[in-house]
Formats: sequence, C-alpha cells, structure tokens
Amino acid sequence: MTDIQYLAPTSLDDAISAYAAANGAGRILAGGTDLLVQMQAGMVEPGLIVDIKNIADVTGIEETADGGFVVGAAVSGAVLEKHSGFAKAWPGVLEGLNLIGSTQIQGRASLGGNLCNGSPAADSVPAMVAAGAILTVQGPNGRRAIEIEDVPTGPGKTSLKPGEIAVSFMFAPRPAGASDAYLRMIPRTEMDIAVVGCGVNLTLENGICTAARVSLGAVAPTVLLVEAAAKALIGSKLDDAALDAAAAACSAACKPIDDKRGTIAYRTRVAGVLLKRTAGIAAERATQS
Amino acid sequence: MAKLHISTTINGEPEEFLCTADETMLDVLRNQLDLTGAKEGCGSGDCGACSITLDGTLVCSCLMLAAEAEGKQITTIEGMANGETLHPLQQKFLEEAALQCGICTPGMLVAAKALLDENPDPSETEVRFWLAGNLCRCTGYDKIVRAVLDTAADMREAS
Ligand SMILES: Cc1cc2nc3c(=O)[nH]c(=O)nc-3n(C[C@H](O)[C@H](O)[C@H](O)COP(=O)(O)OP(=O)(O)OC[C@H]3O[C@@H](n4cnc5c(N)ncnc54)[C@H](O)[C@@H]3O)c2cc1C
Ligand code: FES
Ligand code: FES
Repeated sequence: MTDIQYLAPTSLDDAISAYAAANGAGRILAGGTDLLVQMQAGMVEPGLIVDIKNIADVTGIEETADGGFVVGAAVSGAVLEKHSGFAKAWPGVLEGLNLIGSTQIQGRASLGGNLCNGSPAADSVPAMVAAGAILTVQGPNGRRAIEIEDVPTGPGKTSLKPGEIAVSFMFAPRPAGASDAYLRMIPRTEMDIAVVGCGVNLTLENGICTAARVSLGAVAPTVLLVEAAAKALIGSKLDDAALDAAAAACSAACKPIDDKRGTIAYRTRVAGVLLKRTAGIAAERATQS
Repeated sequence: MAKLHISTTINGEPEEFLCTADETMLDVLRNQLDLTGAKEGCGSGDCGACSITLDGTLVCSCLMLAAEAEGKQITTIEGMANGETLHPLQQKFLEEAALQCGICTPGMLVAAKALLDENPDPSETEVRFWLAGNLCRCTGYDKIVRAVLDTAADMREAS
C-alpha cells in the first residue's frame, strides 16, 4: 500500500499544483461530509488529500459593490446562514444548502462539495441552477467560468478537468421584486435524500413575472434546468393556467429512476406539485423584497 | 506509513499527536488521547454520537480528519464539567433521567451545549431540529428535549 498524504496549503496555486501533480489520485477536501463517508466505505482510496479550507479564495464571502455575491466553494452552511445580506438576496440558495443533513453536517457541508460530489439529488444544486449562479474554477491552465447546469455530467461526474478546483460561486445583483425558493420532497422531516427537489428564481414587476428560472433535482441523472417551465411563467401573473403549464413542463422534463423511495410515476407527479409550491414561495418573497 | 505531527488545543489544553493522513479525529481522540467520551455509532455522519466542536462549530468527529485539527480549538464532552462540578445540562440529564444506556449522551450533551451557547431561549421545535442528527435508540427523545428546555430556562434565570 502506498502512503496517503495530506496537504493543507494556504494558496490556491499550491493546491492546484499538488492536486494536478497527483495525476487523478488526489482528492479535494472541503467539509468532508461526502469524501470521508466514501473513504470509510472504501469507495475511494486517495493517494493525496488536498484540504482547501486554509485558502482565502475558497472560504470567503464577498458582497460586491453592485450588490452581487461571491461565495467561496468551501464555505459551510453554518457560516453562510450567518451572512444576513446573502440570506436576504438568495433565500432559496441558502435554503437548499441548509437542508443538507443535520446541525453537525451543516458545520462542514459546502456548496462546492455538494456540486462536485455530483449527486443528482444534491439539494443546493437546483437552487444554484435556478439562481443562475456561475462557478469559477481554476486549474493548471488558469481560470474559467461555468454555468452551474453545465457542471454535473452524470451521477458522480462533473465537467471539471483534471487538476481543476472549484473556487467560488458568483451570484448576480438582484433587481427589485426578485427572489427565489427551494423545496424538496422527502419521506421524513429531516436527514433524508430528496425524492424530488425544485428551485425557482423569479422577478415580478407590477404582478407580472418578467424573468424566471426553474430547476429540478433527483428526477434525472443530473440536475435539470427546465426552460419550458420558466417560459410558461414568464409574462404571466402566475395564475393557475400558467402554473399548470409550468407544472406540466416539469413533469415532462423528468427522467427519473424507479426505486423504493419513489416510483417513476410518483416522482413525475411530485415534480409538478413542487413547482407550484416553490413558485408560490418565491413569488411571495419577491413581492416583499 | 509516514505520520503527521499535529499541534492542537483540546478542551483548552495544548495537545500534540501523530496520525496518518486518513485517520479520523474520532479515532485519535479515542485510541490515542484516551478521550473516549465521543462514541462511534455509525462512522458516517448519521448518529451524532461522535459530536465535538471545532473552533466553536458543532461537527461529527468521525467525518473530520485528525490532521485538520492543526492549530484549531477542539472541545469534547470531557471538557464540559468544571472539575467535579457538572455542567447544568449534565446535571439536568441526570435529574430528569434523559438517558438510558448512555451511548448517545455525550453527543447529545455536546450538541445541546452548542445550541444553548448560540440560542439561550430555543423553542421545542428548534431543539428538536438542532438535535435531529443525534440519534437515540432508548429514550424516545422526549426526556432529552425536555431536559434541554429546562436547562435553558434555569440558565436564563441564573444569568
Ligand atoms: C448524514 C449526512 C446527511 C446528508 N444529507 C444530505 C442532504 O440532505 N442533501 C444533500 O444534498 N447532501 C447531503 N449529504 C451529502 C453531503 O453532506 C453534501 O453533498 C455536502 O454538500 C458535501 O460538501 P462537503 O464540503 O462536505 O464536501 P466534501 O466531502 O469535502 O467533497 C465532496 C466531493 O467534492 C469534491 N470537492 C469538494 N470541494 C471541491 C472543490 N472546491 N473543487 C473540486 N472538488 C471538490 C471532493 O473531492 C469530493 O469528491 C449528507 C451527508 C451526510 C453524511
Ligand atoms: S459516529 Fe459520527 S455520526 Fe455516527
Ligand atoms: S440512551 Fe441509549 S441511545 Fe440514547
């Protein structure tokens, strides 16, 4: 057995060179709430663990002058929820992150880990897709920006290239009358995996929906951006006809698995129901924002 | 296997230990430092029996690498009583019989203390959600929740 190594660099460049040099045997450690579970189960056996939590770029939260936010990929749920400005601007994203696990898990779980782990049922990912968040990654060939919906490519797989590290998420400034929400359906009230997750982000002007993004989790091999559902909402007063059309678009977008936690028929139906409820919450928040 | 040399602070005292890169904090606490209060119920973040605080934040020590303790402040159940004087939560758990076999108790106490440090006046719902990651297969939770609420009330009165 070869030695397993642990590094906790303080600079992003050092982290990237060590990670890239490990040639695929390296693993990034953020909160470890997926990675350590997988290591304990023998599912992954890294040769190198690169702990990124001593790097300022991935652990900070910055509010930009124009009212946008840059959230470090390794910021935990417990830390992000204490940032009142972010909570006010992006309640749906925070809701998605804060739904992950227990208080103990919240002390560690990050947006970057949730996204890079690649679970189709990851709770913060539909919320970030709906939010239109942009991920900044940095690797041996420099920086690039990726839309969240382009990151997951299948269960456990992402479009990050070898040696690339997720650095931070950019959230655009909010116009007045805009807000978001995330809801998931689970068989219990806490500590469970989404059977369906739904994120809605919308803008209301004089009661008319002028912009919307809708996303679904746990109903396909990757989190989905459902453009047809957003189209059904845009231009409407979020009346029953518009909500019915958006719900039907959500159900139509589902390609779920059939398992003991939810059948195909159930997940497909619930996707539509959740869309209506989530849009309702987002709209109420938008009116108050 | 090459060992890492880690310097940390546990329950206010400086501590040093050697560990491998894949060793968990829970294993080092229990197997090397003789701090066996934190229990391993599941090893996968589900039960909370291994709860500790890391720089004041409640975490599962089974999902933390021991190497991550470098330069950090850790508290465990062993740091909760003040010498022979039990913490009010510990006292209340005894008085109100909020434990049976006791396996979950250290984790429950560490988690409950983290809650009261942050929110001295939690509602019953807040206590239940905060402790949702601490499983107990004996008590049915009710006595635990009541003991936490009663301690909170006592501590508010005393302060
Ligand atoms: C008890 C329990 C309950 C849970 N409940 C939920 C739940 O309800 N909903 C849910 O969605 N998830 C849940 N999870 C899964 C997990 O907590 C989340 O996915 C969490 O967001 C992972 O974040 P982390 O920082 O701990 O990731 P880590 O475990 O540190 O990393 C996860 C993966 O992503 C990679 N990675 C991490 N950060 C980066 C980065 N910046 N750049 C490149 N790669 C990176 C790691 O190498 C690893 O492969 C639960 C886990 C446990 C143990
Ligand atoms: S042993 Fe750590 S959560 Fe169960
Ligand atoms: S007292 Fe036995 S598990 Fe809680």
